[in-house]
Formats: sequence, structure tokens, C-alpha cells
Amino acid sequence: MLTFVISRLLRAGLTILFVMTFAFIVLRLSGDPALLIMSVDAPPEAVAAFREAWGLNRPIWEQYFSYIGHAFTGDFGKSMRDGRPAIDLVMERVPATLAITMPALALKIGLGIPAGIYAALHRNSMADRLTMAASVAGFTMPSFVLALLLVLVFAVQLGWLPASGSGSLDHAILPIITLGTGGAAIMARFTRSAMLEVLGQPYIRAASAKGVNWRRVVSHHALPNAAIPTVTIVGFMVGSLVAGAVVVESVFAWPGIGRLLVSAVANRDLAVVQAILMVIASWMVAANFTVDLAYGWLDPRVRSATAH
Amino acid sequence: MTAPLVALRGLTVDFENGGRLSRAVDRVDLEIAPGEALGIVGESGSGKSVTWLAALGLLPAKARVSGSVRLEKQELVGVPARVLEDVRGKRIAMIFQDPSSCLNPVHRIGWQLVEALRLHRGLHGKAAEAEALRLLDQVGIADARRRLQDYPHLLSGGLNQRVMIAMALAGQPDLLVADEPTTALDATIQAQILALLSGIRRDTGMALVLISHDLGVVAENVDRVAVMYAGRLVEEAPGADLFGAARHPYTQGLLAALPSLTGPRRRLAAIPGTVPDPWNVPTGCRFAPRCPVAETRCASVPPPARSVGFRHVATCHRQVEAAYSVWSLPQAAE
Repeated sequence: MLTFVISRLLRAGLTILFVMTFAFIVLRLSGDPALLIMSVDAPPEAVAAFREAWGLNRPIWEQYFSYIGHAFTGDFGKSMRDGRPAIDLVMERVPATLAITMPALALKIGLGIPAGIYAALHRNSMADRLTMAASVAGFTMPSFVLALLLVLVFAVQLGWLPASGSGSLDHAILPIITLGTGGAAIMARFTRSAMLEVLGQPYIRAASAKGVNWRRVVSHHALPNAAIPTVTIVGFMVGSLVAGAVVVESVFAWPGIGRLLVSAVANRDLAVVQAILMVIASWMVAANFTVDLAYGWLDPRVRSATAH
Repeated sequence: MTAPLVALRGLTVDFENGGRLSRAVDRVDLEIAPGEALGIVGESGSGKSVTWLAALGLLPAKARVSGSVRLEKQELVGVPARVLEDVRGKRIAMIFQDPSSCLNPVHRIGWQLVEALRLHRGLHGKAAEAEALRLLDQVGIADARRRLQDYPHLLSGGLNQRVMIAMALAGQPDLLVADEPTTALDATIQAQILALLSGIRRDTGMALVLISHDLGVVAENVDRVAVMYAGRLVEEAPGADLFGAARHPYTQGLLAALPSLTGPRRRLAAIPGTVPDPWNVPTGCRFAPRCPVAETRCASVPPPARSVGFRHVATCHRQVEAAYSVWSLPQAAE
């Protein structure tokens, strides 16, 4: 078990390092922040001074090692826009993002899993077909389309909720629904197929043959097995809690990480973009690690494979 | 003759598949006396398993079951699920072909045994655990205390089948239906499991239905044998009569396909042709297209079940003699 944890931690570290390196290279290949921030008609001396100040005139490998070296001490550079530490800018946006992604996750799980189980247990019934049709509609609709539809209906026509902005609970409702719908649809579909797979297994028939009533066959024999593949998808969704909302935050003008990322990329605010990617990558890696642990907890076969 | 423990009357199973019905089991009549061991033999797809899954209401919803299954006075076809739940495991238990996939992979052996004990015997806690230990011991599992804590994937197929048998015994059933219990196991393990089943039957007096495609497995372990072909019962007789004096051409064909340990070496005879598709069965005798002694009426008129000896029934138009096999006739050679 200990070697399992250590090897996973090493792999996690490597993944994060890889993301940081990749972001560093791509950002430096894709345009000159000095020209963007100083504007094209700035005097050449000012541009040179800017490059000097931010170390952009040094060789790229030198910049890279200095960046990685500082990152190990928790220093992810400063925003070129307002000079504050990039990591602070990012971290202060995290609560706003979580404020809509966490309820959205609850919606995905709370709606998607029961719907999937219900559809599987009533396979080929009208309810199953309706659920699956709704699910297809839910996950094929792009989130910006859904967002605009919701705004049209609930903000423009009915006037019940604000169209965008933040500050009150009302402002969060439409972003949460927009984010939750697609995920709930995917969750429902995935849970249904996991459940159907399990219900076709010989141990389900054997449990019935043993005299266990259907309700208990479902709750004690089928669900614990169907939970194993479902956890993969839940883990994936937990992983995207921090990243998840670039489009939706932009549409609803929600002041989270997603919008910060969009503006930081547009402004070539290198340190901020890199800090955001690093935070997202770390969160994803932590979520994956938790999923791996959950597998072991749910599935004794995995447990004995990692023990040996 | 004593009243039967279980009686099937005209049991018929149709599967609905893409709008068309295919008949998997066709009007099967069969009786099992208390404590009796009955073998059911047939190729895969002959309906031998489906018959018993239907009797216990274990088929999926797309299966339509008609006819009657009586457990003493209790009808089992078309009754509410609650009635069947009381019968399953408690009166009639069933074990299956692939024991390792019949045990739930996420629960410990002990948990699964105790579930059956709580359900059928109302045992809890220490009493349930003690009884679970005793059952594992009864089915010959060494180190039972440790096995209770194990998960099924840690046990071999043979051990898992022993666990399944222990679980079936938990409800102290009157009848155990063993559906190909040894097919997925090694030959040596197979013999042990069959010996175990015979031993348990001797000790507890429960009846046994042993379903198998293997004549050898059935021959040594039962009192009476029923042969099924394409969803119908074709012959039924006490074991010795069936193996010594088969009267149905299909049964004779199965026997002719067996190698013999004594006597001269000979070519093993295979029955030509294949089993008909369930949605396209012949209108008369289902075996007629493959039968070497078929007449014109065999193709159109379903044969009646005729008594051909003491407790010996053959479903055939032809009065085939027991003394010789239809498969040794010259025209049957090809």
C-alpha cells in the first residue's frame, strides 16, 4: 500500500511538472507579451525596458529554470498587469468558481445517478426512453447555447433571475443549472449502462435464486458493483471543479477562475496563466488520486492487486 | 407412488425477440418425488436450464411462461414475486454453471452465506456465523474460519462451487437444482463436487435435479433421467433403462456417440445435421429431420408420449426396439 501511494505521488509530481513545462513553452511560442501589454506603438525603449524588467530578454532555458526553481519555493511570479503575485490572483478567484461548480456537481450526482439507476431498472420502458432522450439532449447541447436559452427564458421573458453578474444567490442559479445539466446527462447515461452491465451478471440471478427480494438485490448486490465504474466519472467531474467553467463564467460574467483565465490569456499575462494551469493540474491530479483510492475501497479485487 | 414434490405440467416458455416468438421449452411434463435424483440431459439450447429457471421465475421479463409448476400444492407459474421469493432458496435452491461469477465480487463469502441464513433461518450475529462455519465444513472446505473473510476472487472455481452449495444448503431446501454444476471445473474437481452432491443428498434426503450435457456425469449420480431435445422432453426412464435400453432415436444417437472403455475400437457415431433454430422448428417431431428412421408422419404430426416400459416414456411415433440402436442400421452409417 505504501509503495502504491509513493509511486502515485511521484507520478502526480511528474504530471504537474509536465503541465507547467508545456504551458511555459506554448505561452512563449505564441506571441510577445511586451508588445501586447505595451501596445504596438509604444516607443522601442519602453518595450525594451519592459522586457528587461520581466526577464523576457534572457535565453528561454534560463527563464524556464528560473521559473521552475521559484515555483518550488511557492513563487509563481507576478502578474504583468498589476504586479501582484500571480498565485494570489488565482487563489482569490477559487471560491467564486467553487460557489457554482460545487452545487453543479451536486446537481450532476443528485440528478444523474438516480435517473440512470431508474432507467436501468425500467429498461426499454417509456420512462427509460424519455430519460435517455433527455440525456442525449442534455449532453449534446453546448453550454453556451443552454446558457443563452436559460437567460432568454428566465431573465428576459420571465424576469425571475438576473441575466449575468454576481453578488447574490440569484446570480448563481442560472450558471449552476447550465453547468449541472450536461454533467447530469452524462452521469445518467453512464450510471444506466454500468447498472445494466451489472444486472446482467450471473451473481444477480444467483442472488435472486437464493431468495433475496428484488429491492435488496438492487441495493445490496447490484449498486455496490455498479458504483465502481461510476466513480470514474464522478472523479472526472470532481477533477474539473476548479477548471470547469470557462465558457459559463464568461457568458454570465461570473468572477471565477475561468474568466480570469480568458482575460489572462488575452493579455498574455504569462505568470497568471501558468499559475492557473498549475492549480488546475494539481487539483485534477489530486482528484485522480482520490479515485484510485476509492477503487480500492469499493473493489476488493483491486485491493488485493495493490497489496501484492 | 408417493405424491410428487414438484410437478411440471405443460410448461412452455416463449422468448419474445424483435417481435417474433421463439419457443425455448414446449409442453414439458415432469415429476420429481421427494428425495429423488433426476438427471436432465440435452445439448445446449435444448431448454433444460430454461425449464428450471422458468419454474423459479428467474427468466427475464421478455420470457413468457405458461403451463403449470407445482411445488406440492403451491402453484409457481404466474404467482406474485413474493411467493416465489419464499420458495427460492428455502424450498427449491439452485446452483449454476460458473460458480466464480455467481458469487458477488464485492462481498465476503461470510457475508453472502449469512445473508442466506438470515433470510431463510432468521439467524443473526454469532449464531449465523457458527452455522456458516458448519456449512462450509459440511461442503468440505478446509480452514473455514479464514474463508468466511475471503472474497470470491481469492478462491478457485471448485471452492466457489462448494461455497455455492453451502449457500444452497443454508435454506435446507427440499430440492436442489444443479444446472451444469461441474461444466466450468476441472475433471478431478468435477468428480469431487458430484460426490459431494450425492453425499449431501444421502444425508439430508433432499431431492436433486442434475442438469448436464454430459451423459457420464448424469449416469453415475441419479435415479432417473429425462432427455430433452429442442425444447421437448423426448425420453424419460430410470437410469439403468435409459442407458441400457434407450427407445428414442435421439437418446440412442447420444449413446452411440459415447466411446466405450471395453470391446473393440469403433468409429464414434455423430448425429448428422444440427439442432433446429428455436424460431424455426419442424411442425411434427423436432428430431425428424435428423432421424434415420423417420417416416412421413414424423415431419407433420407431433409424436405422443408413450409408455414403453416400467416408468419409461418415449416421445416417438416409431416403436423402436431397445435391443438394437437405429444408428447401427446400414442407412444410418452416413
